[in-house]
Amino acid sequence: MMEDRAKTPTRFLLGATVPESALPWLGTLAAIALVDLAVRIGMLPAAFFPPPSVMFVTLGALLGTASFWHGLWDTLWTWAASLGAAAVLGIALGVGMGASRYLYASLRLVVEFLRPIPSVALIPAVILVIGVDFGSKIFLAAFAAFWPILIQTIYGMHDVEPQAMDTARAYGMPGRDRLLRVALPSASPYVGTGIRIGSAVALIIVVTMEIVVGIPGLGELILQARQGANVERTYALILAAGLLGMSLNLGFARLEARLLFWHPSHRKDTR
Amino acid sequence: MKRNGRTVLIALEIATPFVLVTLYALWAAPRDSFFFPPLGEILAALRADWFGERILSDIWPSIRRILLGFSLSAILAVGLGFALGLSRRARIATAPLVEFFRALPPPALLPLTILVLGVGDVAKVLLIALVCLFPILQNTIAGITGIDPTLRETARMYGITRRGELLHVVLPGALPAIFAGLRTSLSLAVIMMVISEFVAASNGIGFGIWQAKRLFDIPLMWSGIIILGILGYILNMALLQIESRVLAWHRGARKAAE
Repeated sequence: MMEDRAKTPTRFLLGATVPESALPWLGTLAAIALVDLAVRIGMLPAAFFPPPSVMFVTLGALLGTASFWHGLWDTLWTWAASLGAAAVLGIALGVGMGASRYLYASLRLVVEFLRPIPSVALIPAVILVIGVDFGSKIFLAAFAAFWPILIQTIYGMHDVEPQAMDTARAYGMPGRDRLLRVALPSASPYVGTGIRIGSAVALIIVVTMEIVVGIPGLGELILQARQGANVERTYALILAAGLLGMSLNLGFARLEARLLFWHPSHRKDTR
Repeated sequence: MKRNGRTVLIALEIATPFVLVTLYALWAAPRDSFFFPPLGEILAALRADWFGERILSDIWPSIRRILLGFSLSAILAVGLGFALGLSRRARIATAPLVEFFRALPPPALLPLTILVLGVGDVAKVLLIALVCLFPILQNTIAGITGIDPTLRETARMYGITRRGELLHVVLPGALPAIFAGLRTSLSLAVIMMVISEFVAASNGIGFGIWQAKRLFDIPLMWSGIIILGILGYILNMALLQIESRVLAWHRGARKAAE
């Protein structure tokens, strides 16, 4: 991406020059226009594919309804609650397993066996035991988001430079400070990556529970729109779900860059 | 002292899973809880049902859906990723679209494919393929753009043909990243297989689990969940094996495979 052509304008259709910063907009608009056209001239069946312009209009109309904001809120707060729980537990256990060889050895195989279980496989068990409510949604999403955070934290703890730890020890830093002020900061980019992956996973599980089980949220609205054969609304809500996912990703990337500006992996001159 | 320490570590590693399973068995056996049945009942259901006729009637259809959808998307995504990775303008122009579909929670597409394609096998395979496409695509693009430009320029300077450059410089350079995408997508493939079978299917592991839940056959439900765990584990291991073989030359291969 760092090629030297980065700043030069690009020749576009008919020899007109456009700055490269406009390309993403042009590309997106062109794709939308193309699909729109394909539907309107009948290449794609309009019964299944509403023209993208109609999707945006429908989404705009949805923004004015209370049910949309209720659904969005239910998705968002359950996502945040489960990610928070997963982060607290994942980081705590990850730091423990990263710092103690004995804890690591005892739990390694357990983690190796539990991690690949597709968390959605637990949906029937969770709704039987906890019930069809927000609790089961939060539990399962937290369960799923827990693993990447745990694994990344362990990696991060194992990747702490031994010299840094030795230096701290040589200067007589007590164990608690070595953990909190040397190991943990050094592992923080890994933890950040874990939380970013965990956030995406938690959103996937939250939406899955809403769609498969019918717990209130954006996913349930999609389910209802589909069951009511309201094609435009189905697409508009899926569009909203994608935009939500995108903003969460972007938000985390920004947050990470802001919080970890001091870490070598985020410093400008090393990037 | 040192050897003693290692023996303790290995013993801990092997013993803990057994201890946990035994604890569950001891905890569940006298209780006869409805939702957490004794271990013996779960294992009996595992043996009688899942390792009986369900191997052909449910387990195989699920595996086939995963493999078909996953391979289809791998081929498409690597091809498309090459096209976008090699053309800077195309890559920049399509970046928001790729980003959007990558961020879209995949299950949101389930109602859509049911609407457009129905609930048959084709719909499930295409859904899996659609969902798996974007992580592989994004990683392929990142892998290609991450190749040191000097490498490609050197290759070109030595008069290597365009085809040779793609095959011997670009493809190997991008492979570690492509495999990272394949691993992400494989777990997504399992997820989509399961939930599409939960929602609408007439066979498959997910269907079996859902049916067991509806009939309150709790041991059968848990044993099905165990089957899915084993399947996820085996698929993951298989991909890691292929990866470590294909990337044996790559210094960071072991690190990337973990």
